[in-house]
Amino acid sequence: MFRASIGVRSHVFGSLAELLAKASPFRSGDALAGVAAVSAEERMAARVALADLPLRVFLDQVLIPYEADEVTRLIVDSHDAAAFAPVASLTVGGFRDWLLSPRATTEALAALAPGLTPEMAAAVSKLMRNQDLILAARKIRVVSAFRSTIGLPGRLSIRLQPNHPADDPRGILASTLDGLLYGAGDACIGINPATDEPAKLRALWEMLDALIARHGIPTQSCVLAHVTRQIDAINAGAPVDLLFQSVGGTEALNRSFGVSLALLREAQDAGLSLKRGTVGNNVMYFETGQGAALSANAHHGLDQQTCEARAYAVCRAYAPLLVNSVVGFIGPEYLYDGKQIIRAGLEDHFCGKLLGLPMGVDVCYTNHAEADQDDMDTLLTVLGAAGVNFVMGVPGADDVMLGYQSTSFHDGLALRETLGLRHAPEFEDWLIRMQLIDVQGRLRSARELPAQPFGDAIEALSR
Amino acid sequence: MNAPPDDEQALTPADPWTALRVHTQARIALGRSGASLPTREVLAFGIAHAQARDAVHAALDVAALHRDLDGFGLPILEVRSAAATRAAYLARPDWGRRLDASSVEALMKCATPPDVLFVIADGLSAIAPQRHAAALLAATLPLLADLAIGPLVIATQARVALADAVAIALGARLVVSLIGERPGLSAPDSLGAYVTFAPKAGTTDAERNCLSNIRPQGLGYEDAARQLAGLIRAALVEGISGVALRFEEDIALPLFS
Repeated sequence: MFRASIGVRSHVFGSLAELLAKASPFRSGDALAGVAAVSAEERMAARVALADLPLRVFLDQVLIPYEADEVTRLIVDSHDAAAFAPVASLTVGGFRDWLLSPRATTEALAALAPGLTPEMAAAVSKLMRNQDLILAARKIRVVSAFRSTIGLPGRLSIRLQPNHPADDPRGILASTLDGLLYGAGDACIGINPATDEPAKLRALWEMLDALIARHGIPTQSCVLAHVTRQIDAINAGAPVDLLFQSVGGTEALNRSFGVSLALLREAQDAGLSLKRGTVGNNVMYFETGQGAALSANAHHGLDQQTCEARAYAVCRAYAPLLVNSVVGFIGPEYLYDGKQIIRAGLEDHFCGKLLGLPMGVDVCYTNHAEADQDDMDTLLTVLGAAGVNFVMGVPGADDVMLGYQSTSFHDGLALRETLGLRHAPEFEDWLIRMQLIDVQGRLRSARELPAQPFGDAIEALSR
Repeated sequence: MNAPPDDEQALTPADPWTALRVHTQARIALGRSGASLPTREVLAFGIAHAQARDAVHAALDVAALHRDLDGFGLPILEVRSAAATRAAYLARPDWGRRLDASSVEALMKCATPPDVLFVIADGLSAIAPQRHAAALLAATLPLLADLAIGPLVIATQARVALADAVAIALGARLVVSLIGERPGLSAPDSLGAYVTFAPKAGTTDAERNCLSNIRPQGLGYEDAARQLAGLIRAALVEGISGVALRFEEDIALPLFS
């Protein structure tokens, strides 16, 4: 039982899960799950009670039973008590103060990550304003590498997302060249395939591999099919760089995705066995998103942000190159409007970074959400201020395969110009060699471009 | 929305790779105004989004649809979901799957068990059934002439699964939900057709088959009608729908294949 009084009224919360849920900023998904606070005052009472809670409580009380959930077992078994020591005596409210204080340096935060559980990260985030989520996250650096190095200070990378509704290799190549010519693609070139057919998937891996090799592009490819398809492809000899999978914060949700922790380990081992990285060995790419657990009826009565933080415990077991919260994709029944999407994007980025992950965010929305490009501009800019590792690059922000709006190649350019953010260093050198950017990192005008960048590929397409 | 001629004075010179556009409907080679989009592209995107937004919030003109459906010689019923407003509908999909109390009563009064029941629903784009439902039915019903077709049911603030509740109330063996799909930037008026055999409370999406993007510029009425009728007959013969339905032509994919 947890209690807090506001004025003459006393509020009681029956469980840790209820306390966390009711302390969450309002969002439609928690109302849909029936776990949200019933009044604004009850929400604040939950935060007051949460602020007084010792962080240690989360080591003593699990939200989903150890015996029933392998994600809980992963969280408990991998907890590093020595790393936790610097904050072990703090309450959740005290932890917020510590995070914002000068004591929480970049080095101290990196050392702390293995000592934190996802529930601790979720709890403290519920006491933090958007400003706090930006200030704390920008102190955390998580650097990962494969053929490019992602997450260095003052840098921003872009996943080039050249999807096509029929997986037409020509259409995908056209969008890929468009993105490269706009200076995008240093996080990866990642295709969401429409098909699940091994031969068609193989053609996509081969095409990207040939393009990357032909032009010496310091980036990595990914075909975002189910992870079993990717393992099969490796066994069949396909040139696979990154292994992708959607994951969630409960065993039941991962089962609905058709994965387990053991399968993810198998995928990581398969990727590592190819030794295709040149500057690093981070071979995994994960995607997550608030609301997925509820939509699969796999949330165990938890609020959606706590479920999401637990997904990061899964991700960090596999040393990923990229972790991407696809924040607005799921629809208004989980995140209703621009305000809720912006808040969730900042929470996910902060919690992931705090737990030691190379976080990116798919800044996105669907047409039935109360959101538009202005909301996405705001979220993109605040994430840039918070030090996001990477965002998406979709031609014109319009994904013609998945049917949603993400960030465009232009949005990436705009964020670079606004905040002075440079490309991943290896990719920056390559763009200079290709004469696509000047030494200040600015894209050259169409009039100044060399005669035939990717001339052979463009010529092949026009045949 | 043609690109302006590329001359030395143009503020937004055309991208030299504009020819690549023939390979994809994706928005490539848009040109730049500094780091941002040229004005014409900001406006083009804005128009597409505005049409999608209007489609999401458009109310189904039930009276007009009723008139369009009159000629089929079938009784026409009207029901609504437990979501009272569009905002409630968008936030609470569970309400959009439940009939409101008065609709349940109305259905009880006229139960005559049919083989096939059509529920025409607004879904996330009311303009889709408004524009395409009558034409699709005109092409489909003659292909099902030997079957007992139930009343045409017009449903508002409705999700796909609301049709299950209607079918249960009327004792239908199979229900087809003709429903407005979530509008994309390229098409605000795509109609979906979801086929469910032996609908029950708690039917999952894996137990439905779906035809998508029905509109003259997508899957045309005649093609859609032929595929839909084939699917309905296969489901009735096999006694099942969804992932488990074996179907010769590779046309009616399970929802989440």
